[in-house]
Amino acid sequence: MSKKNEDSPEVATGQHYTTGNHAAAEGSLAAGCKFFGGYPITPSSEIAEHMALRLPKINGNFVQFEDEIASIAGILGASWGGVKSMTATSGPGYSLMVENIGLGLMTETPCVIVNVQRGGPSTGLPTLIGQQDVMQARWGSHGDYETIAISPSNVQECFDLALECFNLSEQYRLPVTLLMDEVIGHMSERLVIPPKEELTIISRKKPTDPPDKHLPYKADDSLVPPMATAGEGYRVMVTGLTHDERGYPDLTPEAQDKAVRRINDKIRLNKDKIIKLEEYMLDDAKTAIVSFGTSARAAKGAVNRARKKGIKVGLLRLITLWPFPDEKIDQLADQVDRIIIPEINYGQVTREVERAAHGKTEVKGDFRLGGAIHTPQEILKEIERN
Amino acid sequence: MSEEEEFQLIESDVHPLDGYLREGRIPHIFCPACSLGSVMNIIVEAIKEAKLENKKVSVVSGIGCTGRISGYLNYDSFHTTHGRAIPFAIGLGVTDPERKVIVISGDGDLFAIGGNHFIHAARRNADITVICVNNFNYGMTGGQVGPTSYKGQYQSTAPYGAVEEPFNLPDLAASCGAVYVARWSALDVRRMKDSFTEALLKKGFTFVEVLGSCPTTFGRRNQLAEGKKILEYFHEKSEIQHGADTKTVGISKDSKIIVGKFIDIEDKPTLTDNLMAVQRMSKAKGK
Amino acid sequence: MNTSLDRRRKKPEWPAFIDLSKYKIKAHHVHIIKERCKECEWCIIYCPEEILEKSDKINVKGYHPPQLIEGKTFDDCAECHFCELICPEFAIYVEVPEEEEGSENNE
Repeated sequence: MSKKNEDSPEVATGQHYTTGNHAAAEGSLAAGCKFFGGYPITPSSEIAEHMALRLPKINGNFVQFEDEIASIAGILGASWGGVKSMTATSGPGYSLMVENIGLGLMTETPCVIVNVQRGGPSTGLPTLIGQQDVMQARWGSHGDYETIAISPSNVQECFDLALECFNLSEQYRLPVTLLMDEVIGHMSERLVIPPKEELTIISRKKPTDPPDKHLPYKADDSLVPPMATAGEGYRVMVTGLTHDERGYPDLTPEAQDKAVRRINDKIRLNKDKIIKLEEYMLDDAKTAIVSFGTSARAAKGAVNRARKKGIKVGLLRLITLWPFPDEKIDQLADQVDRIIIPEINYGQVTREVERAAHGKTEVKGDFRLGGAIHTPQEILKEIERN
Repeated sequence: MSEEEEFQLIESDVHPLDGYLREGRIPHIFCPACSLGSVMNIIVEAIKEAKLENKKVSVVSGIGCTGRISGYLNYDSFHTTHGRAIPFAIGLGVTDPERKVIVISGDGDLFAIGGNHFIHAARRNADITVICVNNFNYGMTGGQVGPTSYKGQYQSTAPYGAVEEPFNLPDLAASCGAVYVARWSALDVRRMKDSFTEALLKKGFTFVEVLGSCPTTFGRRNQLAEGKKILEYFHEKSEIQHGADTKTVGISKDSKIIVGKFIDIEDKPTLTDNLMAVQRMSKAKGK
Repeated sequence: MNTSLDRRRKKPEWPAFIDLSKYKIKAHHVHIIKERCKECEWCIIYCPEEILEKSDKINVKGYHPPQLIEGKTFDDCAECHFCELICPEFAIYVEVPEEEEGSENNE
């Protein structure tokens, strides 16, 4: 699919008609990804296949590991080797990865994990859609942490948001999840890739102090420390144990408080900068639909139909799922009489909306348990129901 | 100066290798008469002997007593999750073909929870040197039976003696494709240093098993409660057989312990070689 | 302490055709960082010249660091560095002493 681009072959500038999975791969390449470690799993395998084709041409490396645990460990290693790295998987693979995602969070390692969601639990519906890994993306690994998960609703966004995931992971130094779903991954749409110079690409901040003075986990006001990587003479010390500013293990309540507070706060305090939402016809709405991913497409169709009938309804589309837009939901709860959440799970985002609405408005989930998407008519029926 | 003082050792507070250790991290956490300190010492000696550029050396380890070694060494060092040191090291290694990545971890980490990664790394001839300190049990968690515990060995989760067959580590490594395989006991410090040096200078998947002394959780339960008794046991039982058929080097209760360099293969393409070849092919194909 | 600098090694026996008076061979010095010692005794047991023994002094951790056996000197050290390599605590090492001003003897 990629058009020839002699100057920057990593950016396939031009117009394409392609799938969400390929778009996510191209977005990652455009962001500067040079290492992919992965393991085949439906419905994400096309991302690995595309990376296997494209990476070697741009002096990148593709390694198909023996499982998802090795894949995530491998991309963490590659990130410390100084390159942008990623993996792609689906629910069962993500389940295997969560321990090492925790290592990435604790050691503040930038990388991107794409989860093309299918129906679960367990093997579930390998070839059919689910949106059931929302909570897993937030709480999958043990311990206290804040994380970032982003959910695209169309093929263009798979490209744009994959790139955004890399930018966020590099800026805030953590593993970021691109939470796609089977339908987005496999549907074909128009994709426009701009020239490289029009893309915003962020790379990790590097230390400026000499190695003998450098404290690898000492952060400035941004709460994100600059990142020295292997081979630069900084003799980095990286451990999943609670560590002090030198990176040395420090197994005390004080060190734990300091370290864990900071890795949480660097996201909490920058929430406003991170969160992306789409508001559609919400200004005068009395009913709000909150949705994301594939479900948001049908929700938008339902809003259009309802508006034609004169119903004051709008859509809040969560592009960023984590950190959760609590303030926006709180504000919405003041404005509307009802919030409807169509989602392909048994109430994961609904639970969050209930929490953030503080009981100020009626919150109702419209659940599909996986395998099928909502139709606009079904959501419209829910809007019209009193 | 009195006559008595003259015959004393010279007191010092700095060791010549202190610069290769993280400042302020010694004393380490290892028990008295645990051989992990010796292995750490010898790794540093071997890196010096191999004349590797310090900047280009990375040490990766998993979890467990041996896993703590990375954190003491003053190189780029990575203390990862249980069992996952090898895939982490592969990712780290492929980002710079000049980088020498050393994985140092224990038998439980590398061969129980991480066994799958070990065999695949050997199969793909990843450019890493894996040093396994085999102490025959899980030390840090209190002495549970492990994948290298021999039949009849007493451990906290084998109160009636271990009943399963242990792994023969050199044979496993050799059969999966490792290009260099050696085994030494913790007593064979000089030969261990030579082996580490050879392994470090070789491209591809190189493996050295070190039989470590763990007096606290292994020895205490198996009539070897002191480090010196374990070393004495190694001294008494070990026999050097370079080039021995790895099938014959399994360890059982009271058996001979065959040590030596078993495998040293030349010119086998490594993972890095293969990835470079793929890069060349992809450009030639122009697809 | 400089006394042992000027002593010739006793071992190995040198061939008679070497005029020993022409050479000064320095004995290596064995150094101990006694607070690091955890009394594994490996340096004592595996010293090929058997010049070390457990001392009756205790360090801050309560362990007995090694000392030279009475009657042994650094001249007895085989300079094999085995104690240095096997010591798990980075507590013992063998080093040629640095030359000191005025300690040179006549060549």
